[in-house]
Order: sequence, then C-alpha cells, then structure tokens
Amino acid sequence: MPVIDISLAVLLLPLASFTILIFVGKRLPRGGDWLGLTLLTACLGLSFAVLYQRVGGPLAADVLRFNWVDFGDVPLIGHLQVQLGFAVDNLAAIMMVVVCLVSTLVHLFSIGYMHGDVRYTRYFAYLGIFTFSMLMIVLTDNFFLMYVGWELVGLSSYLLIGHWYEKKSASDAAKKAFIVNRIGDIGMFTGIMILYFTFRTFTFDDIFAMMAAGTVPMGSEAWLTAAGVLIFCGAVGKSAQFPLHVWLPDAMEGPTPVSALIHAATMVAAGVFLVARTFPMMTADALTVIAYVGAVTAFVAATIAIAQNDIKKVLAYSTVSQLGYMVMGLGVGAYTAGFFHLSTHAMFKAGLFLGSGSVIHAMHHAMHETHDHGDPQDVRNMGGMKKVMPVTFLTFLMFTLAISGVPFTSGFLSKDELLAGSLAFGQTTGHYLIPVIGFLVAGLTAFYMFRLVFLTFFGDHAEAGRAEHLRESPASMKIPLIVFAVLSFFVFWSFNPFGSAGSWFADALPRPESVVPATVRAADAAEFAEAMHHAHVPTIVLSLLFAGLGILIAFLTYRKKSINADAVAAKFPGVHRFLLNKWYIDELYDATAVGWTLATTRVLNWIDANIIDGLVNGTASWTRAIVFGYDEHRKDTAISARFFLVTGLVVAVLTAWWAGEWVFSLENVPGGWFGAGVFTMLVGVLTLFFFWSGAGGFDRYVVDGMVNGTAYLSGFFGLLLRKFQSGRVQTYIIFVLMGVMVIFYLIR
Amino acid sequence: MHITLTHYVIVSALLFSLGLFAVLSRRNAILVLMGIELILNSANINFIAFSRFGGSDMGGQAVAIFVIILAAAEAAVALAIVLNIYQRFHTVNVDDINKLRE
Amino acid sequence: MTLIDVIFWFFAAVTLGSAAVVVFSRNIIYSAFALLFTFFGVAGFYVLLGADFIAITQLLIYVGGILVLLVFGVMLTNKVVSVDIKSGTLNAGVAMVVVSLTAGTIAGIFYATEWKTAPAEMLQPTTAGELGTMMMTSYLLPFEVASVVLLVALIGAAMVSRRDRSKQEAA
Repeated sequence: MPVIDISLAVLLLPLASFTILIFVGKRLPRGGDWLGLTLLTACLGLSFAVLYQRVGGPLAADVLRFNWVDFGDVPLIGHLQVQLGFAVDNLAAIMMVVVCLVSTLVHLFSIGYMHGDVRYTRYFAYLGIFTFSMLMIVLTDNFFLMYVGWELVGLSSYLLIGHWYEKKSASDAAKKAFIVNRIGDIGMFTGIMILYFTFRTFTFDDIFAMMAAGTVPMGSEAWLTAAGVLIFCGAVGKSAQFPLHVWLPDAMEGPTPVSALIHAATMVAAGVFLVARTFPMMTADALTVIAYVGAVTAFVAATIAIAQNDIKKVLAYSTVSQLGYMVMGLGVGAYTAGFFHLSTHAMFKAGLFLGSGSVIHAMHHAMHETHDHGDPQDVRNMGGMKKVMPVTFLTFLMFTLAISGVPFTSGFLSKDELLAGSLAFGQTTGHYLIPVIGFLVAGLTAFYMFRLVFLTFFGDHAEAGRAEHLRESPASMKIPLIVFAVLSFFVFWSFNPFGSAGSWFADALPRPESVVPATVRAADAAEFAEAMHHAHVPTIVLSLLFAGLGILIAFLTYRKKSINADAVAAKFPGVHRFLLNKWYIDELYDATAVGWTLATTRVLNWIDANIIDGLVNGTASWTRAIVFGYDEHRKDTAISARFFLVTGLVVAVLTAWWAGEWVFSLENVPGGWFGAGVFTMLVGVLTLFFFWSGAGGFDRYVVDGMVNGTAYLSGFFGLLLRKFQSGRVQTYIIFVLMGVMVIFYLIR
Repeated sequence: MHITLTHYVIVSALLFSLGLFAVLSRRNAILVLMGIELILNSANINFIAFSRFGGSDMGGQAVAIFVIILAAAEAAVALAIVLNIYQRFHTVNVDDINKLRE
Repeated sequence: MTLIDVIFWFFAAVTLGSAAVVVFSRNIIYSAFALLFTFFGVAGFYVLLGADFIAITQLLIYVGGILVLLVFGVMLTNKVVSVDIKSGTLNAGVAMVVVSLTAGTIAGIFYATEWKTAPAEMLQPTTAGELGTMMMTSYLLPFEVASVVLLVALIGAAMVSRRDRSKQEAA
C-alpha cells in the first residue's frame, strides 16, 4: 500500500474518532473512550508502517496533490487556482509517529486520569480533533492547509485548556492562549501572504523551487527575510517563544494529560516543525533572529522554572525552555539536532507530564480522603512519594535524567547535538552568546529538574497523615509512563550512546539545501557540519560539566540541605521575587498591551458614545426640530432651545441677506428700493418663522396649505357645480348660454 | 324716422330673448315649447327681413318656409314626447324630470 | 311717420307684448292664447316685408297647426280644473340676467352693425309663384328632405305618443 494512502488513513482516523464521539459518544458504553483509543492505536500502527517504509528509502516525499479551486483567468490577477495536497517526507513521517504515539498513550493515560469526569466523552472527542489537526499540519505540503491545521490546533487547545470551564482560571487561561496565539498567527498570515503575492502558490516545494531559481518575494532579499521572520512569528506564538510564551504556563489549567499531549509534546512543537518545514527559505538574518529568540526563551524560562513551586508550572517553564532550545538549534542551523531534540523531548516531556499527572492524581485522591483543601500540585505539599509510587518515581527519574542530558539517555544525544550546533554557530559567525546561553541553560535545567525530583519523591511526606492514603496509579496510567521511559533510552535513537551521527535518525533527516540567494544564505552546510563535528567532544565535556554541576547543587540544596535555599533566596530577595513573578512579564503586558488596549477601547467607547452617537442623535434631533419645530418638552433632544433659536436667527439673516442681494440687483422692482427692502424683510421674517416653527411649519402652512387649498377649492367647486348639476336641462342651457357669452366677449 | 332693417332685427332679437327666457325659466314643458316657437319666429323674421332688405332675394323666404316646416315637425314630435313623459311621470314640469342627474 | 311706420310699431307692440304675456303669464292657457297674437304679429311683419305667402303659411301652420297642437298638449297634460294649471318659473333671476345680457348683446350688435342694404325693390304682388318655382328648382333637395322629415316626424310622433301597448302585452 502506498505510503500516501496510509498517511491519509492516519490523518482521517482521529477525525472519525472525533465525529463519532461528539455525536453519539454519550450513548456508547464507557463514554466511547475505547473507540478513541482503538482508532488512535490503529493510527499508531499505520504511522509506524509509514516510518518503516520511509526510513532507509529515498528522501523524496510521497505526494498527493489536487486542485482545490480553480477560478480560471481572474481579471488583474491572472490564472487563479489553489492547489492543495499532502506530502510525506521523513520529517512528516517521524513527526507523525511522535504525534500518534503521544496521542495514543495520552488516550490510554486519560482513561484512568479522567475517570468520572463530567465531560468524559467530550474530552476524548477533543483529543480526536486535536490529533487530526496536528496531523494535518504535519502531512500537508502547503501553507494553506498548514494554516487551517494551525488554527484548528489552536481551537482544540482552547477547548481542552478550558475543559473545566467552570473554573474561572481555566476559562481565562483558554482565552489567553487563544488570544496570544492570535498575535503570532497574524504574523504568520502576513508572511504567507507575502509569499503568495509573489509566487501565486501555497505549496512549499513550488515556492522553494522558484526561490532556488532566483525569485525572491517582491524582488528583494529583505522581503524574503521579512517573510521568514513573519512566518516564524506563528511559531513564536504556538511554540510559546519569548515574548509570547506567557500563555503556556497558564495553559496548565487544562487536564494534565492534555498538558502532556498538547502543551508539551505536539502542538507546541508545531512551531518548531514549522520552522523545520520552512527551513530552506530562511535567510541568514532570519535564522539569527530565530536563534536569538530561542536562546532568550530558553534562558528566561529556565530561570523562572527554578523559583516555581507548582509541579506543572515547573514543567511548563521547562517546556518553554526546551522549545527555546529547539528553536535555537534550528536557528543556528543544526536542523537535524533541533528536530531530533523535538522528538526525544516529546517522549520524556510527555512522560514528565504524565508522571506529574500520576502524582497529582494520587495527591488529589489522598487530599480528598483527608478532607484537605490544599493545592495537590504544590511540591511543598509533597515529598516521599518514592516509597508509595515506585513506578511513577522510576519513570519520572528516567525522564529527568533524559532532560538533564545524562549519558545513555535520548536527551543526552539530542542535547549534545544541539549544543554542538550552537557552538559551531558561535565559531563560524562569532555569536558566542548563543552557546554560552545554551550551556548555562543545560545546567539550569538539570538543577531545577532534580530540585523537582528531590522535593517530590525524596524525604518525608509533608503531611504525615496523608502518606498512608497515597496510592500508586492504575495500570492504564502506569503503562504510558513505562513506554515513554523506555523510549527515553538512547538505544531507540542511536546505537552509539555518545553521538547520533550515523544513526537512522540523522540519515533520514539531513539538513535540507537552502534555496535563498547565496548573498543571504547562512553558513555553508558542509562547513557547518565540519565545525559541528569538531565541536562534538568539547560539547560533551562542557554539557556534562554543567549538567553535573546543576545536579550537584540540587542535591546539596534539596537533599543534603547543606545549602539553605531559603537563605539564598533571602540573600537575593530582588532576584528571587523577580524569578518567582516570572520576570514580571505578565504584569508588563497588563501594564502595556492590555492597558493600552483597554485605554484605547475606553477612548473609542467615549468617541462612540459621545461623538458618533452625538452625531447620530444630533442628526435625529435636528431633523426632528426642523421638521416639527423645536419642542421644549422633548428633553431628550440633543440641542438646547437657545441654540436652536440662535441658529434659526442666523439662518434667517443669511437667507435675507442672500434674498436682498438678489432683489437689489434687479432693475425693475415694484416699489423701487422700498419694495426691495420689504421683500428682503419678508424673506427674513418668513425664514425665521418657518425655521422656528420647523420645516413642519413650512410643511403645515405652505405645502399642506396648498394641498388643502386645492382640496378645498375642488370641494367648493364640486359643491357649487353639484348645485348646477341639477339634472335640469334648463340649467344646463343657461350655462351654455353663459359660456357662449363669455366666449363671445373673449374673442370679440 | 324710416323703418329700416335694424328695426326688424331688433324686434327679432327681443322676441328671441323672450323665447329664450321661456325656454330657460318656465317649468312647464309646453311653455318651453312655446318659447322655442317664439325663437323660431324671431329667426324667421330675421330671414325675411334680410331677404327683403338684402336685394329682394327669395332665398330667405325659402329658408323661412323650411323653418316653418321643421317647426311643425318639431312641435309634433316634442308634444308627443311631452305626452309620453306625462304618461310616465305624471307631470310635465321639467324640473321634476331630473332623471338625468342620476 | 308714414303709415308703414305706424303699422310696424303696432305689430311690434302686439308681437312683443303678447310674447311677453306668453313668457311671463302664470296661467298656461293665457300663454297659449297670447301666443296666438304673437303669431299674428309676426305674420303682420311678414306682410310688411312683402312675404305674403310666408305670412299666410305662418297663420295656417302656426296658428292652425302648432298652436292647436300646443293647446292640446296643455289640455292633455294639465288638469284644467285643478289649481295646478298655473306654472311657476325656475332660475328666474339667473335666467333674467343671462337673457338680458344676451338680448343686450344681440341688440347691441344688430344696432351697431352697418348693414349693407340694397335699395328696396318694387314689391311684387305675390311671391307664391316664385317660391314654388324655387322649391322645385334650386331648393329641390332641401324640399324633399323636409318632406321626409315631416313624414318621419309624423310617424315618430304617433309612435312616441301612443301608449306602449307591446310592452304591456309583454308584461
């Protein structure tokens, strides 16, 4: 079976899951959770089949294209048609497996975690539509469907964050996620439009082919850079890059499995995937911007993560930080490494979230039984979980080792490549800040992750009475953890535990050739690869050093207690508060963007209420006043009596002036200057009268007068003639005679 | 003062006016008919006077004869109509016979 | 003032006077009789104007025919014994004004007009022969038409005035 057909089946199965569950799910046994799980498992199997067929084969994509709409020759535009299609290359195949794998395991985990939820069926339906939209982003070969999928994942994310919408914080977080994403999407949309304006197609390959042939948007490399950066804006929003990262920590209001699926492994990786997709068209300047955005994000998020006490918040900032890492990797040109880190990170970060979900689940139930209304997500309420939740602990530890970059884990492989890339980038371009941040963040990551582990699982439980109520999670939740933990070992990614070079992943996903003009092209691929190769060993040494240092400090602080964290925090109160409050970025937005928006709306509201409405009401009042005359009893009129009277006076004087000019310019005015004067005065007085009495006065006295007069005259003559219309011949003869006489005297 | 054409035509005019007045104002249909006869007579006077003073042409007299003939016919028919009306409305007052009004 | 003038004024007085009686009389019988004198007066004018045949015809037809017919009409349509024999006027005032205006106008025109009169010829002894010739020559067609009109009028009058027997039978 052709790869493309299987891929389409993979794409459509989650949609079928969504459709069935949303319409008839409630009538199915167990709310239809088994249906979603079955369909997703089928998806997973099929996507593995696709990956198996692709890997080792040719790199060229399997493509399915069709004309969506064809408008023919449109005036001013030319031949207008929109071609859509799907393409499965290695990037798509790997991403597809990642998405399906995480989605399937999250489905499985959710059966236990979401048990008894009020909107259990709907939750699974939303998981289905999310998986479908995400796969659409992955499989499409054009910006058009990419954007459609992009908005659809945004929607599903919104729906799932707001799953418990009775909680105000949840619905607020959903709105925040949607709106912040919108900001990035506007940039992406603009970028797509710039490309379409020049290339008249949405298809990646066509655009890249035309670029390779020398065409650049609007005939300028600057526009190309702009298009690249604008499309990257979409990634900034979706992948929660600085400065649009603020929505992701809040998105943790959603169910924890959703955080694992959407806000850790897949959707937030869509931005990275987008950058990977559009990598060939990125100019050197655009890539530098991307690298710095990623680096700043990684650093900011990592520092914030240190000070957080909510287990999911720590993981959220960790995710933001790691996403920054990936973006940085792509930005420096380490295409393979960036995407490699995406894949490995998807596994261990999803696992971390599911593990935290398992812990929260246990905490929640224990707190429920002990009637404790504390926060089940706060690490200060935990501790000693190792003993009661061995499986969760072991898997969580594995994930932590992976994310910290400890050897023999997948995270070590990908992080090492990434850091090697950044080091190479620093060497080739002189941007040494990037690798410095990279290694620093590696250390920070190891520190805050082990801090989390020590606080959660080691020591004694914060509340002794609760410890006996803690239970290990059910099998449906343990299995996904175990699967993810296994996948976090190096062996599935590369047989060489110290380098991914030559692994199936690296072979399947070579860095694509840049298509931008040579003048704006990033460093040569071969030169970069050489630099990366040389940077490999120093990177391993450095990253191990930083990671080990981070783990050591965490161990000393939170396990050995030889360093008092509170004392350190008290020593640097400003720094601690700064980190605890997440660099005050939310407050900054409240003060600036939100404040400005509110101020602008207030101003606009004032304009609307006073000027626009004033104009409208004024028009109405004036119309009314002119038509019916000023009515002082109508207090709602927007014009004052005095104003109206004065206006009438002015109008009357002007009219009289005009009439006077006219009449005095005439030569034969009856009565000479006296007559002209009288006429002028008359015009003025009449105008005043009609203005004050209103055009209604004019209507009443002149128009109605004429009409009524005509009617009255008609009636009068009718009555008169009716008298004559006697039926008496003699009367008629009299009239005939009269007529004869009149005619006689007229024509005489 | 010698009698001239003017005398005759003025007498004729007066006679005409009297007949006209009868036609216009009398209620009785018979009297209306009488007024018509007066008018016809005034016309005849004119014809014959013009005939006499206009060069003794006999044409005027010939027309006068026709007028008399038609007057006779008119009288006959008109009286027949009046009688018919009387049979129908039991009156010959023309102001009562105002069916034309409806 | 010649004899002719005196006779003219006499006939004028008779004609207009009796005509006035015809018009203004409240009694229809008086009107009918006054009409007799009017016709006489007019006939006198005819004689004065040398139209002897017309004068005789006037007397024969108007007095002998039309007037009798009118009197018949009066008698058939008015109950002589009843008081309703008197006949009122309608629109008298208006009619008087209009008629006065008309009369003044016509009289004024007639008076002011400069009539082109030919010198009076010798009065022929009789006009009957010449009129008869004219009827048979230059006025033949009008004469014949007039005959037909008379016939039609005769038949028509008879038709109109008789009782509608067919209608009654049909009913």
